[in-house]
Amino acid sequence: MEKTAISTSDLTKIYGERAALSHGNFVVPNGSICGFVGPNGSGKTTTIRMLLGLIAPTSGTATVLGESISHPEKYLPHVGAMIEGPAFYPALSGRENLKVLAELGGFPLSRVDQLLEKVDLADRGGSKFKTYSLGMKQRLGIAAALLPNPKLLILDEPTNGLDPSGIQEVRGIIKDLADSGTTVFVSSHILSELEMICEYLIMLREGRVIFSGRTQELLSGQKPIIVAKPEYDVDLTNLAKKLTDSGFKISIVDGSLHIEAAQEASATINRMAFEAGITLASISVVLPTLEETFFEMTGDSK
Amino acid sequence: MIRVVIAELRKLRRPTLLLGTIATVGGLSALFTSIIFLMIDSEDGNSRRGESIGPEELSQAMGLVYGFRLVGAFLGIVALCIFASQTAQEYSLGTLRNLLVRQPSRMKILAGKFISMKIFALVMVLFAGALSILISFALAERAGVNTSAWTTSAAIELLFRSTLNIFIATLCFGTFGMILGLLLRSPISAIAVGVLWILILENILGALIKSTGKWLPGFNFSNLGEGGIPSLSYRHSIAVSLAYLVIGGAIAAVFFKRRDVAN
Ligand SMILES: Nc1ncnc2c1ncn2[C@@H]1O[C@H](COP(=O)(O)OP(=O)(O)O)[C@@H](O)[C@H]1O
Ligand SMILES: [Mg+2]
Repeated sequence: MEKTAISTSDLTKIYGERAALSHGNFVVPNGSICGFVGPNGSGKTTTIRMLLGLIAPTSGTATVLGESISHPEKYLPHVGAMIEGPAFYPALSGRENLKVLAELGGFPLSRVDQLLEKVDLADRGGSKFKTYSLGMKQRLGIAAALLPNPKLLILDEPTNGLDPSGIQEVRGIIKDLADSGTTVFVSSHILSELEMICEYLIMLREGRVIFSGRTQELLSGQKPIIVAKPEYDVDLTNLAKKLTDSGFKISIVDGSLHIEAAQEASATINRMAFEAGITLASISVVLPTLEETFFEMTGDSK
Repeated sequence: MIRVVIAELRKLRRPTLLLGTIATVGGLSALFTSIIFLMIDSEDGNSRRGESIGPEELSQAMGLVYGFRLVGAFLGIVALCIFASQTAQEYSLGTLRNLLVRQPSRMKILAGKFISMKIFALVMVLFAGALSILISFALAERAGVNTSAWTTSAAIELLFRSTLNIFIATLCFGTFGMILGLLLRSPISAIAVGVLWILILENILGALIKSTGKWLPGFNFSNLGEGGIPSLSYRHSIAVSLAYLVIGGAIAAVFFKRRDVAN
């Protein structure tokens, strides 16, 4: 079996003057959940469309399940995909929509009802697609992607427009699939939605791959911050000076001191404030998000 | 490819589209056939463009298919609209990407769509024909038309030939609609361009410069449905229609195969 589910080499797509993806190089290992993260317009959907043979790259190559993307017929039978914004026939029911795709792909029609059940649409399967809520449309899209019982599942912003419980459900489905051996490549413009479930992350910004690797690598770069707030604002600079003199790295944000230090330092900080006659209204430890950590690591501020 | 046909037919047989088409086609067929027989004595005429056709003519073998052939001219426009929108909507709805993920061979998708269109057009033509003939028999006596010539082998042969010709003409219009749908990618503009062209522009052009009619697609498709008229031979229309559809189809197919599917 191939080691990599997806591998790209200088994959590039240029629209007019702009590169939607520029020299994209990344690898999605087999059997993992891999997050594909970047702000809106960073090139995620464009990349996914190239991987599915829907648009032709301007230059560069890629392989999916070991086959070149110039021959999508070799790997697509084993790939399930939902591209941003689920698109179905509005006048057909959810069930009929899935049957159209099942017939097209040569999958047994009996899968349709199983999948409707799986995404919790069994009771609304007979309603027309145009009557569905955004969450239901999104779930129908996931069901369609699962039709081939895929080795590789590609989901483009599957949690867009879902409420927190819907997001939770999608995460559950993704985890279940990964547990049964499916490789999942899932995109989002919000890193925090993916960081908990993804073993690997690929980060995209303005058409460039800025990080590609284990989520763990990012986590280990994560430095906790102690937030201390004096009772009176006038004490802020005084305390800041004392801490800086003792070698702490600090910054003042919204009337609080942000001190780069591990949790163990909070007792020291509390004592130093007390000795200086300053009462702290609060002191707490927070972990920055992976996003903040990432931009910290790359020295990129945003 | 057979899978594409099956999947396409599932879309085409959805109730609103199927019943809507049956109602339209049935309505047209019933309307035209009834007018011929019910208004047989009318001063305003009972056939196309105010012409009249009397009981003596209708009592001959061609009386059997007279109504059907009148309706046939409109089946083409119906087919054009349905197939322009059925192809263009795959782009405008964004559903083409789903189809292509499940069947990456774009030529198979296109061929499957074309075959399913043929099947749908055949059903449409047969339904319109059957209804028109039933109504003709039902109204003949009342209009003083003798139907004994309608059951001769000559009449049956005429019926087969007319059905085939109307089917061919409907296919030509339907293919024309598919080509427009593929090129324009929007159901509204594909239908608008197709209908404006066939119903209005060709008539204006044909009226302005008499000789152009011979070379316009719509005139030639219609002429195939009529089985050829004295001033425009069937052979000529077959050649011109094929030329348009083969060239147009090839251009549309190349676009369909090469173009990025980005919506
Ligand atoms: N068909 C297209 N034509 C022109 N520009 C496009 C097209 N599709 C995407 N783009 C541009 O490419 C960039 C990346 O878009 P996209 O891949 O949709 O980003 P994302 O999915 O990360 O939000 C954007 O600047 C977008 O405007
Ligand atoms: Mg996108």
